[in-house]
Amino acid sequence: MIGSPDVVAFAKEDEYGQTSPDPWPLPEEFSVPLYPLADSNPWAKTSYAKFTKDFILISEFSEQVGPQPLLTIPDDPKVCGTFDLNYFSLRIMSVDYQASFVGHPPGTGYPRLSFVEDSRVVLGDSKEGAFAYVHHLTLYDLEARGFVRPFCMAYVAADEKKIMLQFQELSLRFSQASECLKAGNRRAFAKELQRKLRDLEYTHSVLQREEGLQREAGPQSMYSAHAVEKANELANVEKSIFEHRDLLKQISSYHRRPRRDPHAVTCQKCVDECLSECEELLNKYAKIAYPCGYSEKAGKGEDGQGHPRGQGEDDDDDEEEGVKRKLSYTPQLIKAKSAKCFDKRLKTLQELCDKTFYEATVALLKETERSFRGDLCYLYTRRLDKALQRKQRVTAFLFEEDLSDDDEDELGTLRPFCAVNHAVDNYVLLNPPPIVLTPEPHELDALERPEHLDPASETSVTQESELGLGESHLESSPSDQTLETQESSEETKGSFSSDKSGVGLAEMQQGLVSMKSEAPDPDSDLTPDPNHNLERESSSEEMETTAGEDEGETGGHQTPVSLLEVVSELEANREEECEGVSGSELLAPIDTACCMAQEGFLYEASAPEAVPRLCQNSHLQPSQTLVVNQEPQALLPLQDDYTVGSPCSESPVTGLELPSGLLGDAVSRTSAEDGSDCTMSASTGSDQTASPLGYGAVVTLRQRKKAGQGALRFVRQYPFAIQALWCLLSGRTLVVLGADEGRVRRLVAALALFVPAPGKCGERVQAWLSCPFTLTDLQRWKLIGLQRVASPLGSSMLYSLSRYSRYISILDADQTTLRCPPYRGQLLTNIADHRTYIRRGSTYFLHLQSTLCHLAAKAFLFTFTHHLHLPVSATEGPEVVESRRRCFLQEQLGLGEEDSQILLYLSQLITQQYLQPNGSSAAAPSFSFNYTTSILYKI
Amino acid sequence: METYQTGQHFISASRFGVLCLQRCSSTRLGCNKWLLDFPVLCIGEEQPKNCFTELQVLKGHFDIVRFLVQIDDFRCASAGDDGLVLVWNVETGERLQELRGHSQQITAITTITCKNEVTLNTSLITASSDRSLSLWDPDTGNRVQTISDLHSSVKCLLVLERLCVWLSGGEELCVWNRDFQLQCQRPNHRITALIELPKNYIAAAMDKKISKISADSSLSVAEIRCLSDHQDQIRALINVNDGLFASGSHMGELILWNATEWNLLAYEHILWEESQDYNQTEIRMGAPKPSEMSIQHLTTNGNLILAAVGSGLYVYSVQTRSVVAYRKVAHDSNVLHTMLLSDCELMSCSEDGSVRMWEIQDLPLPAEPASSGFFGMWSFGRSNKQSGPPSKKVIDIPNIRMLELTGDLIGHSGAVQMFVSFTEKGLVTCSADHLLILWKNGERQSRLRSLALFQKLEERGGL
Repeated sequence: MIGSPDVVAFAKEDEYGQTSPDPWPLPEEFSVPLYPLADSNPWAKTSYAKFTKDFILISEFSEQVGPQPLLTIPDDPKVCGTFDLNYFSLRIMSVDYQASFVGHPPGTGYPRLSFVEDSRVVLGDSKEGAFAYVHHLTLYDLEARGFVRPFCMAYVAADEKKIMLQFQELSLRFSQASECLKAGNRRAFAKELQRKLRDLEYTHSVLQREEGLQREAGPQSMYSAHAVEKANELANVEKSIFEHRDLLKQISSYHRRPRRDPHAVTCQKCVDECLSECEELLNKYAKIAYPCGYSEKAGKGEDGQGHPRGQGEDDDDDEEEGVKRKLSYTPQLIKAKSAKCFDKRLKTLQELCDKTFYEATVALLKETERSFRGDLCYLYTRRLDKALQRKQRVTAFLFEEDLSDDDEDELGTLRPFCAVNHAVDNYVLLNPPPIVLTPEPHELDALERPEHLDPASETSVTQESELGLGESHLESSPSDQTLETQESSEETKGSFSSDKSGVGLAEMQQGLVSMKSEAPDPDSDLTPDPNHNLERESSSEEMETTAGEDEGETGGHQTPVSLLEVVSELEANREEECEGVSGSELLAPIDTACCMAQEGFLYEASAPEAVPRLCQNSHLQPSQTLVVNQEPQALLPLQDDYTVGSPCSESPVTGLELPSGLLGDAVSRTSAEDGSDCTMSASTGSDQTASPLGYGAVVTLRQRKKAGQGALRFVRQYPFAIQALWCLLSGRTLVVLGADEGRVRRLVAALALFVPAPGKCGERVQAWLSCPFTLTDLQRWKLIGLQRVASPLGSSMLYSLSRYSRYISILDADQTTLRCPPYRGQLLTNIADHRTYIRRGSTYFLHLQSTLCHLAAKAFLFTFTHHLHLPVSATEGPEVVESRRRCFLQEQLGLGEEDSQILLYLSQLITQQYLQPNGSSAAAPSFSFNYTTSILYKI
Repeated sequence: METYQTGQHFISASRFGVLCLQRCSSTRLGCNKWLLDFPVLCIGEEQPKNCFTELQVLKGHFDIVRFLVQIDDFRCASAGDDGLVLVWNVETGERLQELRGHSQQITAITTITCKNEVTLNTSLITASSDRSLSLWDPDTGNRVQTISDLHSSVKCLLVLERLCVWLSGGEELCVWNRDFQLQCQRPNHRITALIELPKNYIAAAMDKKISKISADSSLSVAEIRCLSDHQDQIRALINVNDGLFASGSHMGELILWNATEWNLLAYEHILWEESQDYNQTEIRMGAPKPSEMSIQHLTTNGNLILAAVGSGLYVYSVQTRSVVAYRKVAHDSNVLHTMLLSDCELMSCSEDGSVRMWEIQDLPLPAEPASSGFFGMWSFGRSNKQSGPPSKKVIDIPNIRMLELTGDLIGHSGAVQMFVSFTEKGLVTCSADHLLILWKNGERQSRLRSLALFQKLEERGGL
């Protein structure tokens, strides 16, 4: 009926292999594909796609209207352009990849829930120029046909290769999102069942009473049509109760099922919570397991609040009094006939899943979308970059931006993931004390018993599970079963109250309370399936046939999973590159440069003046906008980076202005020394509210690249730049003195690139200081922008400048002089050459980074070479070690006196970082200096 | 004394109101003296002999830090006007204990050592303006004993290890045993300093007099004798060696006493009077300020006595009974604390916020007579008081040596009150800017850090 989608992904090994003979041999997972192919234009495919950038589409197969799109991420109509989402939804939803079987299987009396694993396929529509990774999943809905609602999440891109090569990672990310959705869904489903059971139970009791009345009325009415109808109704309700109880049992046994899906690793915490919740419910309704013996007393003892007042069966008024106050829920009579299929309103996705879980999923998908922005080449280089950085953990703190933790996911480690917790962790650093909710096996046994639980064991159960306690409070509260959202919020409140004693309330941000309360233990480790099978990407429970198509190729395309083998080789390449040796095998670094340079065009107005070795890639530039536009303009919540009020900085006026932005300049001119200017200038062009999930590395890089322009300008402008850089790199505090705040801030921002170990929030840099500094400040800040004022305050400032002159170098921005010890070394000449041919800031930034990386590597070698620091034998004195060290620095590394100081300083930083990784020491930080004469440099 | 340079001329004003104007390129004749008196005190940034190339700023006090005591070879305690006593680990710079209890400033602090069978237990005794005395355990931070409601605040403390008692001096002199029980008490004193003398005697400085007090095993105190040779308030009182002790007064008198004979051995009146020089224009202006010649602090190593006189430093040799080296203007402001590191190295700190290290060096031109003495020097066989202004008697000392600045430590922004040296582990200074600074040898620290690094590396079995 609908044109079948062309299944391209991992469909047939041979077919795929034929189209591109062996473009990606990938002997190691870390190699970069030789890209672009000689014969094809890599950008060609995007030309006929109707959307501008990649997006995530969530669609459902509605039983009423068929496939329909639900939402896109990013939620911007411009993204999709003229792309027909309806049609595409139709394409991707038209085949039941999961092949979910529903209904009554033969041999069982009750309807069975089908536990279907998610399926993952890559679909393409070459006419539309759209390719998608499609992740199908099934959610449960009591009102839906067969209790299931098929959904799918799709990552839609114009580039087929991008989808193919990122398959693993996409699969991982979407599995996480799917697990999160499903966890929320199970919770909501159980809740819905609970309500339904309560209604059924009520209906049952009413019917029973009516029947009893009839029976009392006389035997003649026993067989009246009315009585028969009542009896049938009663039987139906009883059957229905059995069915629903069974469903509840099934849903709670969900987690006991072995998972075949290697990516379906769920957070143990969520599982536990959900399990205990379900079991709690099961316990509650276990009594109806014996519906004929249903007695009012039992009903009251177990679920007394479920009975409306005025039924007349109450024989214990005191008890009823206590219950009465809590009464707010009125059970409804269940009609014998359910509404017509097309009359009822289907639940939305948000209603199907717990609100918290839904939001967490959306946040997760947003992050996924963000992390896949950019073309393949960019993604590769970024990943390479990160992998390299990860290799250099010991020294990365010196010059590299901070690696955030969730980078771990990108490597494909099967870390148990809970989106709820994930989101919370991004908000609050504080880890809430875990609530251990272990499922009690005996509860299950109790279910089998026809007798109801005695109240004592019931209470013991509630005590055992705190969440259950919250749940039982909830029992009395919901007033209307249709108000799902309200109830869910109450639910979260209830569970929150159960553990709020353990959590610092003040730490919580508004609106996160509920998420936090449910935050599971991040350390809980769910080991993935032992029969972890990478080849089975699409693991459908029932169907091997569709899944069979998906098998095969996967083995060859585990590209991003662990790309660490070649790191050292690439590292070597990097070093070669920074020494100007570029061979043909240096594709990776060049690609990096290429990407960076392209990106640079976005915000650099200067005419592109390509560095010679970039020329080979210059043919990419005409079409680059298409790709580069996909880059996030600004997406970092800036608290990750340079801001005021970050907990790490004590000063009121700390913070680093974004370098050389137009807005930044304007702001810094207008702003007084009120300290709030930092926030303003830092928010240049960024949408801080865009996303709660920071993606630190990207934008830091962006900022640093921007600073590269300033640094390049500095180097070209000042002949004594090399001395200034040496001061910073050798750990001597540099004070930039000037009257004009904008100028000083720009200089500081540019020079901040050279500050080793600037700290995650730039703690070691003070962009603008307008009061005299003390020794402690010198110890804390390695780069200070100081206001020159002509007032009594100014004289005391000058006094402090001259008093501490032995510890600092002074760069006078107004008179363009520099007072610092002389530098005669050679090490910095290639980054501080004022006749440099580098014209663009981002290029200079890369050049700088490679040099600094080189330096860090030397410092690492120096730091961890035992005999350079400690005597080899007992007879050696410190002088011998000293001379050996000197010899190493001079002869082997070829460093002069001043260059050695750089290395010694870096080495000292590495040592400190290694000994105290978090800087967590009760002792005050130490401050090293040396006694040398300074000289004044002028232009 | 202050100096200004105006173009090619120096103007110097001495405490006697002598305003001297001299060309920088003055003749060689006057130069000798000139060099001694007004050297370039800012030695610049090149300090090869200064090994303190690393520092740690220790924060914790809220007011002026006045006292530092060494507890053992790695701990010291600091106390000051905020009434806090903080115990520090000098090796790491960590604050180990915070001893809270005094509501007002600490006026005296000392250590007391109890010998157990196995260990030496060092405790701290503190006295405060809130008229209380406390005994602290620096290991746990507990206040072991405390006495409040004294009649007056205690100005000085002295521990007599031999007798297992300790004394507190102030308006009254009290003797306490280790359990803080008052043994005996003598009112109506104004004791500013106490030292222990041989044969169970104690010397107590009270205004201009020194009392010899016997504190025998019967634990009673009785004043035996009173020495009143000083013409001004006694500022410093120290033991020099077994037979000698020394005292310094507010007007610059340094007297060396025989501890057993209890008589005056030498009387030195340090005053800076300019000897008549040739090409100087002298303008007499007003009366001298006594604070400029006040002896603020005395230290000794048995051979030498180092006196901090105003903003100058004087090294007095016990053997020759003469000043062997001096520097009239060693600091920009009053010197508050000094220390003799060895026979030729010394250290001083001052109100100007700096710590300076000095070396006693021979004069570069020993043939040339160094100085004709800018201090009067008298020796007395008797102990009677000298009346009238001391007559000027210039004695040539051919072998006077030079006090050469070898390094300075700049870090404090207020007066450096005191310092304690832990030899190679570093130097602790305390200051009016509420901070302590731990000065260390950077190379040694770097070596220690490397050691720690490789230890950790070994423990972790790799990176």
